[in-house]
Amino acid sequence: MSLDYFFKLFIGGLTKGSIYALIAIGYTMVYGIIGLINFAHGEVYMIGAFTALIVAGVFSALNLPVVAILAISVLIAMLFSAGYGYTLEKIAYKPLRTAPRLSALISAIGMSMFLQNYVLLAQTSNFLPFPQIIPEFAFLEPVKQTLRSTQLVILVTTAVVMVLLTLLIKYTRIGKAMRATSQDRTMALLSGVNVNKVISMTFIIGSATAALGGVLITGHTGRVHFYIGFLVGIKAFVAAVLGGIGSIPGAVLGSFVLGFTESFGAGYISSDYEDVFAFIILILILVFRPAGLLGKSTAQKV
Amino acid sequence: MLKDKLIRSFFVSLWFAVLTFPIMVVRVNTIEDTVTWRWGNLLMVLLGSYALSFLWFIALERKFNGSKKQTRFAKTFNTLRATVGENRNLKLALVAGVLLFVVIFPFITSFYQMSIMNTALMYVMLGLGLNIVIGLGGILHLGYIAFFLVGSYSYALLNIHFGLNFWLALPIGGLLALILGILIAVPVLRLRGDYLAIVTLAFGEITRIVVENWSSLTGGPSGIRSIPRPAIPGLDLNLTDTAKLVYFIMIVLAALTIFITIRLKDSRIGRALIAMREDEIACQSMGINTTQMKVIAFALGSVFAGVAGVVFAANTTFINPASFTIWESVMVLLIVVLGGMGSIPGVVVAALVIKLLPEYLRAFSQYRMLVFGAVLIIMMIFKPDGLLPEKRKHYSFTEDDKAEMKAEGN
Repeated sequence: MSLDYFFKLFIGGLTKGSIYALIAIGYTMVYGIIGLINFAHGEVYMIGAFTALIVAGVFSALNLPVVAILAISVLIAMLFSAGYGYTLEKIAYKPLRTAPRLSALISAIGMSMFLQNYVLLAQTSNFLPFPQIIPEFAFLEPVKQTLRSTQLVILVTTAVVMVLLTLLIKYTRIGKAMRATSQDRTMALLSGVNVNKVISMTFIIGSATAALGGVLITGHTGRVHFYIGFLVGIKAFVAAVLGGIGSIPGAVLGSFVLGFTESFGAGYISSDYEDVFAFIILILILVFRPAGLLGKSTAQKV
Repeated sequence: MLKDKLIRSFFVSLWFAVLTFPIMVVRVNTIEDTVTWRWGNLLMVLLGSYALSFLWFIALERKFNGSKKQTRFAKTFNTLRATVGENRNLKLALVAGVLLFVVIFPFITSFYQMSIMNTALMYVMLGLGLNIVIGLGGILHLGYIAFFLVGSYSYALLNIHFGLNFWLALPIGGLLALILGILIAVPVLRLRGDYLAIVTLAFGEITRIVVENWSSLTGGPSGIRSIPRPAIPGLDLNLTDTAKLVYFIMIVLAALTIFITIRLKDSRIGRALIAMREDEIACQSMGINTTQMKVIAFALGSVFAGVAGVVFAANTTFINPASFTIWESVMVLLIVVLGGMGSIPGVVVAALVIKLLPEYLRAFSQYRMLVFGAVLIIMMIFKPDGLLPEKRKHYSFTEDDKAEMKAEGN
């Protein structure tokens, strides 16, 4: 139990937390705006990773520099995932906007199941090795054991995305419209906000960041599988609930808390039960503080 | 308007062709660095999405225009249902016919047919159990299969360590599932709606992960093998006879479940559960203890799953945690959704269809999960009441009542 080991787990937790944060943002934004758990969000993340793998495979034949391939595959993966997010909202959620909430949740589960099996049938059921598209940095050579270059890339990218997203939500027109819609959809509609467009934008942004998370984590772990989305999706949801669903800073905070819990829990207690920690946190938080760490508890309106 | 739809469908199909291009058309092999282009799939996506989106637009229009015009099929079906429902003799004849079929089925079919029927019957029972939780109580339970797991493992483990036989395990499995059900229900009672659903999912997954990792007790991911099949003391049964025995056990259990559900539905508890499903707040205001109702729904549902689990373990003789994933819970959910929440005949028929159809359409069985996912979405959008919707009890005002009121008034 040396200090080195502690730092290794610390960095591991930070990396995990960053990835969860990238996905949890999509959950929390969607929940904030239409009050729906987008179960299929994890699948969008998985599709992002698959698309990046495919694009990288196609372009690697062209002898482009590594950075170009990386940029192209990340961009295309984000673009396509955004497309999937947009489409799945139109198919599975939009017709159910006025239906009971459980109907939309069941529809979301169906969508998740559909997308998983779609990738399974169209691609493969095997684990695919993900090409190492993120290069090893020379300046990280002395601390290679604790901080890998992929982890550094993940941390920096997440930080940049968070800053950009905060700016987007605080200062742009669409950000303002999003905040208005999440506060009161009917009122926003009356004030001339195009609610349909806002909802679509939310899905697009959330899916793109999830895809980014997907590319980064598979670049780090080095493999892709059709089932990677489900568990990570649930965990990111846990992170979003932990921080207070609907709140973006809350989702980030929740993600890091979850990342550290898993990393230290697996490192010091037992790695077999790594996945259980997230579920136990979920149950505890929902039972004792359903509004989350940063959320305000609201009374049920009649 | 039709022309408009045809044109819109064209753009939709173009959109899907672009969207699905990387996943459907390209396949890369990262080890050998080769890329396969499957252009045939592109054509398939174009044509398929064109046809589907056209149907989609028509169906959506029908739904949102509130068109009450029934299709001819639905009309015939409803008339048929009403006639059978009203005519006592016809109803009896139908029940007798089903009973006769149920009794002679194992003697006219092969071993293979019977074993898939046994699995299907287990899902009938699971569907009916979940129907109490979702259909009556309105609690979306996504960890239901955990109770099935508890039933299976309790028989397997008690048999291995204590030599407990199948018949004793049957009630014990149900009891253990009941205890777990109550244990889980108590902490989550304050939650409602989607949070409750997610917590049940979490409990289901925790149960499975614990079983998977507790190797010293449960055998871990490789599971437990050579669990004894059900036997009748003093009788030497071969494989086919055992299958027949399991079949009749399942029939009895399923019939019992149906009986209990029917009795429950018309009871005070059942009506309270239905009220809770319709509106939790209103129900609470009427003085119903919703906390207690939730525990009852949870506990009852769990017992059926636990008992079905014992039979499952005895029937397959091999169990491992991989048979109890969240997607199995979703399958049971699909059965309830497809049949119609709260509808007993609906759930029975849906369970048989969902489990038997893939067996007979072997060629398409790899697409079954894909189709099931789509079915969940389609059902929720177009037919949230299910294929055989529950017939709500309604009280009508008749001439007799009028006379009675007059008599009272005077």
